[in-house]
Amino acid sequence: MNNTLNRLLKLPKTIWTFYYEGFRNQSKWSRQLWLIILIKLFVMFFILKLLFFPNFLKTKYDSDQERSDYVIDQLTNPKNQ
Amino acid sequence: MIENLDLSLVDWSRAQFALTAMYHWIFVPLTLGMAFIIAIMETIYVKTNDPAWKKTTKFWMTLFGINFAIGVATGIILEFEFGTNWSNYSWFVGDIFGAPLAIEGIMAFFMESTFIAVMFFGWNKVSKKFHLISTWLVAIGSNLSALWILVANGWMQNPVGMKFNPDTARNEMDNFWDVLFSPTAVNKFLHTISSAYILAAVFVIGVSAWYILKKTNVVFAKRSIVVAAVFGLLTSLFTVMTGDNSAREIVRDQPMKFAAFEGLYNGSKGAGLVALGIMSTSEGDGTNENMKDFHFKIEIPNMLSYMAYLDGNAFVPGVNDIINGYTDNDGEIHPPVTEKMEMGRKAIAALKAYKAAKKTDDTVGAKEAEKELKANFKYFGYGYFSDPYEVVPSVSISFYSFHIMVGLGMYFILLFVLCLVYIYKGSVVNKKWFLRMAIWSIPLAYLASECGWILAEMGRQPWVIQDLMPTMAAVSSIDSMSVIITFFLFLIVFTGLLIAEIKIMLKQIKIGPNHGGN
Repeated sequence: MNNTLNRLLKLPKTIWTFYYEGFRNQSKWSRQLWLIILIKLFVMFFILKLLFFPNFLKTKYDSDQERSDYVIDQLTNPKNQ
Repeated sequence: MIENLDLSLVDWSRAQFALTAMYHWIFVPLTLGMAFIIAIMETIYVKTNDPAWKKTTKFWMTLFGINFAIGVATGIILEFEFGTNWSNYSWFVGDIFGAPLAIEGIMAFFMESTFIAVMFFGWNKVSKKFHLISTWLVAIGSNLSALWILVANGWMQNPVGMKFNPDTARNEMDNFWDVLFSPTAVNKFLHTISSAYILAAVFVIGVSAWYILKKTNVVFAKRSIVVAAVFGLLTSLFTVMTGDNSAREIVRDQPMKFAAFEGLYNGSKGAGLVALGIMSTSEGDGTNENMKDFHFKIEIPNMLSYMAYLDGNAFVPGVNDIINGYTDNDGEIHPPVTEKMEMGRKAIAALKAYKAAKKTDDTVGAKEAEKELKANFKYFGYGYFSDPYEVVPSVSISFYSFHIMVGLGMYFILLFVLCLVYIYKGSVVNKKWFLRMAIWSIPLAYLASECGWILAEMGRQPWVIQDLMPTMAAVSSIDSMSVIITFFLFLIVFTGLLIAEIKIMLKQIKIGPNHGGN
């Protein structure tokens, strides 16, 4: 019982050490990959998303009611009617 | 309003989505398939305790890691595009997309942060069995992660399990299980993942063939070929089966797509399957520029009827039948497109009337409009067309993408069989032509895989949601210039990622299994 409790208490430290050592002992190419991942995520979330991909309906309208009114207006005024 | 919509906006939005989806799909299938190949190799290692299998597993795990790292999060771009370029669509699909995508996101996060970490950091730190379980969980988890996005795509091809709410203009999920287990979603998932396994198997065989040609790591390469060829052959047969099921499902739920990818303009009983054909550049029957005739074709009599209905004499509707209306083999009458267009217009007008009635608190008017909307909602999207032939997708693109995909699929079966025969005979080392062919098969596997998606997405045009929402009604009213700019930005970013992937992979392949590792 005590052993199990001890193990459980040590679990967060074991997980931390596992990740810490894993990242520390990575090969050179693994570090390169992490760099690519970080650059990619930065470009996607901080450049593309913020500058070029705002959520159209969320930025243009404040409430769901306004958004649905807008979409209904869009859908019910097609060129062929 | 849609009437003011710049047509180039629709085209650029489509081009951008196609570009990002196709680039994303370069990374995904290798991850899906390679994860299982690695898991099989590691299982052999754990069973045999042979360190050579551990080395083999670790090498392919390295290539898997590169592909995973470069490809991870490339799909998020598609979600950005939904919110910006396709806001009408995003709103209209409501929570149907939300639920599967949320499950996918949570699943991917937990899988990636735990089991992939164990896979790469856990050698000698966790028990062999725990490591093996983690590898299998990565394989299963990544494939389940694909399930949710494919369920969402399946719903777009065959919208089921939902109710349209005219107050919010959103489709609300009525039955989660209908969405998850719709035949379209099930076939799409199984066919897509099994085709990804073929791609991964061809990749492993191609890289291994390079080692044999270079006369280095030959034993390792032969061992890898055996695993990949057996895996590839079994999954190929499964892919044929799921493709066959898919065809029968498409002829029922998306008959226009079926007719287009077979280049069938006029349906008939006992329809033949065009095994090989070259389409003419001139118009076929003069009805529409999409309708190309064949320069030449090799047809297998009655095969198309059999493929579609398991009956060689069954009636298969062609493009013109669907336009003009037809009665299917079960006696169900499918109205002409003009009739569907009329019903679609009624549905759109009813939605407008419903909204107006609600604004003026006219309950009777609202009820009547809602009734009219319900009666015609099935063909809501047809109301946006002015010419029945607008519902015909590009026949030549559908035809060629389908035939290239199927033709290459058959070629891969031959490749896997030859691999096993030559390995069994011990002659693979001497078959230089075959080894070169195996290397050149890698890009062909990507071509086949991309063709599958081109068929799925171009073949269902003009719909983003079958029968309910055409592409032109789905886009946001934004400046087309911003879409053009981001199109080229993506082109640069994704091409950069692809070049990085190829360079890092080639470097690791050159280092080989003896000095690599993760």
